[in-house]
Amino acid sequence: MASGLSDQYLPGTVTKSVKILVVGSFGVGKTTLIGAVSEISPLRTEETLTQVSEGVDDLTGLAEKRTTTVAMDFGRITLNESLALYLFGTPGQRRFWDLWEGLAEGAAGVLVLVDTRPGRLEGSFEVFDQLEIGTQMPFVVAVNHFPDTVRHSVEELRTALDLLPETPIVDCDARDRASVLKVLTTLVEYAVDLADGPAPAPAPAPAPAPNILAPQEVVS
Amino acid sequence: MTSPDDPGRTYRDTALRPYVLTKGRARPSRNTISIDTLLIATDPAPSLPISAGRQERALLAMCRGLLSLVEAAARLELPVSVVRVLASDLVDSGHLTARAGSPQSPQLSRDLLQEVLNGLRAL
Ligand SMILES: Nc1nc2c(ncn2[C@@H]2O[C@H](COP(=O)(O)OP(=O)(O)OP(=O)(O)O)[C@@H](O)[C@H]2O)c(=O)[nH]1
Ligand SMILES: [Mg+2]
Repeated sequence: MASGLSDQYLPGTVTKSVKILVVGSFGVGKTTLIGAVSEISPLRTEETLTQVSEGVDDLTGLAEKRTTTVAMDFGRITLNESLALYLFGTPGQRRFWDLWEGLAEGAAGVLVLVDTRPGRLEGSFEVFDQLEIGTQMPFVVAVNHFPDTVRHSVEELRTALDLLPETPIVDCDARDRASVLKVLTTLVEYAVDLADGPAPAPAPAPAPAPNILAPQEVVS
Repeated sequence: MTSPDDPGRTYRDTALRPYVLTKGRARPSRNTISIDTLLIATDPAPSLPISAGRQERALLAMCRGLLSLVEAAARLELPVSVVRVLASDLVDSGHLTARAGSPQSPQLSRDLLQEVLNGLRAL
């Protein structure tokens, strides 16, 4: 195992993998962040998405499929002799939701990277909409600081982004390994807290529930 | 890889169960291989049939060490969806061994999350 690809293999003792998603708008620093902590140089690949109806676990219902291809970056951290962590970076825009929702399944959590410079914050809104409404993933918000980033208080940001009071908001320098590790730690601490917390609402049924809440006509 | 207890361990890996269970069904469930499912060539490796394609051979060669589906795809410069199918076939034929990727359940177990947390803190 002298050089080249051999160095890039996982130790043979690894038996489990966990993933974390890094989502954010274009140019917000996703690839930089992954590169700062990855033990392999970040790789890029594309995933073809075939959207089929939820809860279908055989491939009989092919009639309604639709495919999209999206590039994603990823990196890897071997956490102990049996566990590897993968970080996947994907754009947050609405048209990529199919991709990152698929990626998010079974993930430890989602790190949402935001750029708070004027005109850049808006790009994050739809990401939060989707995370809060479309998934039950634990997520944290990391504010990537560029030279011209104006500091805002956490509460200002929480209001601006309309986030729940418990959602962690942290500062980060995507180029700095220690800073990125701190954000990842915050995310997983939060995920553990949520797992410990009061019993969460049961997972949503795979198929839409019978329409017991049909709007009732109110006649006055 | 070199660890002598690997084969026994990986044969008991739960990632293989779905493949055992799908035997006899018309179509294996490819959903059991996710992007972070770990792959390694089965040791000793049965030789590939002469009909095996170039991409299958390349994937099997790539998997002489342990790596995830998505890493194999990126290094082979092939779409993940293509490599997923190739890998699934090679697992079915016994050439590749798959180790569990992220659980299919939407939420991870607390124990696994704690293990991730401990690992991150120790870095
Ligand atoms: N000053 C500063 N620059 C950063 C930081 N993070 C990223 N950059 C720079 O911002 C630019 C975009 O960073 P990328 O990591 O490519 O962003 P990305 O989110 O992967 O971008 P796309 O994949 O194109 O959506 C690069 O030129 C980085 O060097 C940071 O924390 N501070
Ligand atoms: Mg990028």
